[in-house]
Amino acid sequence: MDVHEYQAKELLSGFGVPVPRGSVAYSPDQAVFVATELGGWHWAVKAQVHAGGRGKAGGVKLCRTYHEVSDAAKEMLGRRLVTHQTGPEGKVCQRIYVEAAEPFERELYLGLVLDRKLQRIRVFASSEGGMEIEEVARSNPDSIRQIQVEPAVGLQPFQAREIAFGLGLNIKQVSRAVSTILGCYRAFRDLDATMVEINPLVVTKDNRLLALDAKMSFDDNALFRRPAVAEMRDPSQEDPREVQANQHGLNYVGLSGDIGCIINGAGLAMATMDMIKHAGGEPANFLDVGGGASPERVAEAFRLVLSDRNVKAILVNIFAGINRCDWVAQGVVRAAAGLKVPLIVRLAGTNAEQGNQIIRDSGLPIVRANDLADAAKKAVAAARG
Amino acid sequence: MSILIDESTRVIVQGFTGDKATFHAKEMMAYGTRVVGGVTPGKGGQQHLGRPVFDTVKDAVNATGAEASLAFVPPPYACDALMEAADAGLRLVCIITDGIPAQDMMRVKRYLMRYPRESRTLVVGPNCAGIISAGRAMLGIMPGNIYARGNVGIVSRSGTLGYEAAAQMKALGIGVTTSVGIGGDPINGSSFIDHLALFEKDPETKAVVMIGEIGGPQEAEASAWIKANMSKPVVGYVAGLSAPKGRRMGHAGAIISAEGDTAAEKSEVMRSFGLHVAPSAAELGSAVAKALAKVA
Repeated sequence: MDVHEYQAKELLSGFGVPVPRGSVAYSPDQAVFVATELGGWHWAVKAQVHAGGRGKAGGVKLCRTYHEVSDAAKEMLGRRLVTHQTGPEGKVCQRIYVEAAEPFERELYLGLVLDRKLQRIRVFASSEGGMEIEEVARSNPDSIRQIQVEPAVGLQPFQAREIAFGLGLNIKQVSRAVSTILGCYRAFRDLDATMVEINPLVVTKDNRLLALDAKMSFDDNALFRRPAVAEMRDPSQEDPREVQANQHGLNYVGLSGDIGCIINGAGLAMATMDMIKHAGGEPANFLDVGGGASPERVAEAFRLVLSDRNVKAILVNIFAGINRCDWVAQGVVRAAAGLKVPLIVRLAGTNAEQGNQIIRDSGLPIVRANDLADAAKKAVAAARG
Repeated sequence: MSILIDESTRVIVQGFTGDKATFHAKEMMAYGTRVVGGVTPGKGGQQHLGRPVFDTVKDAVNATGAEASLAFVPPPYACDALMEAADAGLRLVCIITDGIPAQDMMRVKRYLMRYPRESRTLVVGPNCAGIISAGRAMLGIMPGNIYARGNVGIVSRSGTLGYEAAAQMKALGIGVTTSVGIGGDPINGSSFIDHLALFEKDPETKAVVMIGEIGGPQEAEASAWIKANMSKPVVGYVAGLSAPKGRRMGHAGAIISAEGDTAAEKSEVMRSFGLHVAPSAAELGSAVAKALAKVA
């Protein structure tokens, strides 16, 4: 789960990470109000969307008058922001963040991630802030300092000092960097994050550090024990079909093809999509109906897949273990009544023969497939019409 | 011989009296698994499915001599159940649970390191279908009848794709020694390499099928390990050629977020280290047949 910049800053500042003063706003009037409350004459108005690359796309504006703040807010609110990370449809901006802007001398980078290879939390920092870290890793890998956190004791101050001194900070800045780094680590640990990124982490003339931008992602599996984080979910930033799928306990990812997919098991679902491509077609979606493919679940799966207007054919591939194919077939037949696109069904595993019989007896024009290759071939042919 | 479990392995079920655990324990017993009891804190002293229930894993091990467990414990209590199992001295725990926080698994792995390697509990999973030694024992939720008994090992991140492989093989008259599901999570109890090493030592296993998917370093690491350490042929397949970057495809660990994470990259790495890469998901069985023919 992702959160907005202003939410990441709120969470991180609770752990002692220094952030500029700022507030969220939902209208140009509110934006101006925030600017007056912040005082001073320099503000950053930032579009709050779940994507990076906002600056280049016009999603970050530096303003010097209340008029400019209001204009920037009007410009951003209610529009879709398209960045190189959002895809062509962009993401809708319904909130903006107004922040006090102040000059700084250096831009650093600080990131934390749960490293799958090491099976540890890894903290990495670079003196090249303000750039994409992947680019820095390519062009100047030696500038990136890293340490691994030992899970038994957590991040230790000496490790944070190692990073801070490695960034060429003076002793006043180092102590603030250490508390910033420790704060980010504690937030990562105590909120079950999967990623924390401060880019840039700036150093001011009077030796203060400030997190000018902050990104956080969280472990979906841990949301049951992080209600304050779960509450921050913003469905407007997600594909509405995926939001709906989640509500019904289904795993759905929308893609750009025209063959709708309904499968049990993530690996088999991906393999089925691979087979469709292998046969010359394009999957419209990933959909794992999971272990209990009840008639209600199957019906909901069909509804989801069909809400994609591009779908020209549907492929159902169920390898029943605990499920029984006859039970699944009943659900498919019910959901398929009145279906306007071709439907190909492949059943395997427990009671496959009974399941196929139910489909035959339904009298519906459902195409049966024997195996994975047969199913993909028939689906591709059906989509071509 | 098979690996990990056979008909003599004494098994307990953690979370024994829950609905799902009860259903699967019955299936396992019907398959011939030696289920000797189970654990549900607070229900110690009761009988369930004709077996004793214990309050703690230690009690269960002391009373029954159990060596392995199948853990059906909800996500909030799963990491605790794994550590309890390790502390009680079980040599193997298979954790089916989907939804365990990643940092919990990180802590479990760290906890296991307090025991010397020789006596360290092997954790299989989480978010997996389990382990089956065909015709001998089942420690999981798979449908037993799709596995023929034979001489090929399977190690897979995906449950149903593992079933697909077993079914394709069975249709060609090829059977399985043991099939292991290592699960779909980003931090797992044991990796491909852990089980490949066991298959390499198992005299009955003549070839292995390794089924991976997008996300994580374990397929590449395993491929390098295979080249350096395995004498038996390995057929590989990586699911998710059509997966877009940055999107989680069902499994918590199935996400392309770093270099080397894509199915295409992993397949290429497999090929470069001498694995027989199945040309498509429908040709897993035939790829195994080809690999076995070369050995014969």
